[in-house]
Amino acid sequence: MSETDKTTCFEPWNEVGKKPLIEFRGVSKKFGALTAIDNVSFNIYEREFFALLGPSGCGKTTLMRMLGGFETPSQGQIFIDGKDISTIPANQRSVNMMFQSYALFPHLTVADNIAFGLKRSDMPKSEIAGRVDEMIKLVQLGNLGGRKPHQISGGQRQRVALARSLAKAPKLLLLDEPLGALDKKLRQETQFELVDIQEKLGTTFVIVTHDQEEAMTVSSRIGIMDQGKLIQIDTPDRIYEAPNSVRVADFIGDVNLIEGNATTTADDKVIISWAEGQPTLTAQTTTNITDGAKVTFAIRPEKIAMTTDKPTDASNAIEGHIHDIAYLGNVSIYKVRLSSGHMIKAQAANTRRLSRRNYTWEDKVWLSWTDTAGIVLTK
Amino acid sequence: MKRFTWFNAVSLTLGFAFLYIPMLILIIFSFNSSKLVTVWAGFSTKWYVSLFSNDAFIDAAWVTLKVGFISSCAATVLGTMIAYIMVRGGRFFGRSLFSSMIYAPLVMPEVITGLSLLLLFISIGLDRGVFTIILAHTTFSMCYVSVVVSSRLASFDVSIEEAALDLGCTPFDAFKSVTLPIIAPAVISGWLLAFTLSLDDLVIASFASGPSSTTLPIKIYSSVRLGVSPEINALSTIMIAIVTFGVLTTSIISKRAIKRQRLEEEQAFKNG
Repeated sequence: MSETDKTTCFEPWNEVGKKPLIEFRGVSKKFGALTAIDNVSFNIYEREFFALLGPSGCGKTTLMRMLGGFETPSQGQIFIDGKDISTIPANQRSVNMMFQSYALFPHLTVADNIAFGLKRSDMPKSEIAGRVDEMIKLVQLGNLGGRKPHQISGGQRQRVALARSLAKAPKLLLLDEPLGALDKKLRQETQFELVDIQEKLGTTFVIVTHDQEEAMTVSSRIGIMDQGKLIQIDTPDRIYEAPNSVRVADFIGDVNLIEGNATTTADDKVIISWAEGQPTLTAQTTTNITDGAKVTFAIRPEKIAMTTDKPTDASNAIEGHIHDIAYLGNVSIYKVRLSSGHMIKAQAANTRRLSRRNYTWEDKVWLSWTDTAGIVLTK
Repeated sequence: MKRFTWFNAVSLTLGFAFLYIPMLILIIFSFNSSKLVTVWAGFSTKWYVSLFSNDAFIDAAWVTLKVGFISSCAATVLGTMIAYIMVRGGRFFGRSLFSSMIYAPLVMPEVITGLSLLLLFISIGLDRGVFTIILAHTTFSMCYVSVVVSSRLASFDVSIEEAALDLGCTPFDAFKSVTLPIIAPAVISGWLLAFTLSLDDLVIASFASGPSSTTLPIKIYSSVRLGVSPEINALSTIMIAIVTFGVLTTSIISKRAIKRQRLEEEQAFKNG
């Protein structure tokens, strides 16, 4: 891969013949009768920032702990650099982990915490102090090297944990809900710093999170997990714009789901009839849909336009009354009730002050969108 | 107690009087110059002097200290090992049975523990002496150590140990350089507890001791049966001082550790 490729378009997963750094091959993990991971196979490539996203209890942490060496797969194999690591203990893997609780050693100073792994590596003693300074600079800990973990703030502790896990220059860094304990503002700042550090070092990062915004901000690809299965792996924009199932669409962001019956047309379009007395919906699709199949039409609230008069050129337009308005400052979410009883959410930017708003409760409005705005899902 | 009331004052006084008046009397009479235990004839330290020139007592004291030191060290090592396995070993077959079996000796009557040890020593042909007392004391005091240490281990974030492994430690190195320093206060108070228990013990030691090995409690008990001498009072006073020191140190160490831990948690909460 040439240098220009990296900056313009980093998509190793699309390159034919590219060797993955990590390969899961049919991995399952059972705890007694409970299946935490169910036959998972996927690849992670070098320099990737890969996010495992899912609700709590979906198995994402177990998957990560298998990479770290704290759990062994019940079935299947995990390869790092083409080597099966399923049976290699945690202390012999070139993988380091940043723990959710940070797991700093309370009896050691910040500098000793960072040096802990180095002292157990083959790095000559004379170089350790230099490396520790380098790490302290990288995470901007300034002159806190001599403090004990309980003498610094939560945000600083998070940095120590990051520096400690990066000190040995691992091939792969695992981050378990790394920013979960920080408040919202600090978390957002730290997300960008994390991306900067990752790009600077070129280390492969795998992050586990339940916060979709965090996953979208930091990662090159997201793996959505549910009940032990990886249900979609894709780039953040594809996950958001082209979810492969209702579950993914519903888990990421806000979405309107309309169930109906599909009729296919010649030009890659689908006509969906979905309620008595409502006009049919037209949507473009690339997936093969059989005539008369049950489908779910998914459309994001911000892709729906709201007008007082019926738009003349829109391919989809439906009429309703405003049932509820949620004012969020920058945007408002309008819940529109249709005559069929359906409730559709539409989002509009608040470009004008609240007192000059166009719509209010019980107003009659038209909702419209183009035939490429939504997506037709079959599962 | 938030407020001073007469009821509180009286119950506090009565309670402590009940606990400490007997010991106070013993301490006072150890400084009695009369040979008669119950008649006060003026202050004197002569019984302390005569106690230290009594070879039988000095020998017994030496045996007691030796037994206490060795058995509490052994109990600390074994008790810590048990606590570690029980808390960190994960779920394995019979775990809850094992962990209740560890606590059983705490409530077992000492006579039964002593008798069963005696039968064991006789059946394997072990001559009773200092060694068997050490074995017996290790046996019962390691339960106490494991209780103290496992409560500390249970409140300890496992991911700290995992972090050590992750950073290249072998399991033993992780225990030595991370776990042990963190649980050290509990291990030390466990040791002090074991030592104090060993100094106190009469029943189990009398089953496990032989003719050549007499611990201080046994010596005191047997000489009291011939009549209480002021020397015994002096000896008891010294023992009270040692035990008080041990108990106080234990509680100060563990209280400090708890306080520091709470402070750290509070700070983490505030800053986090």
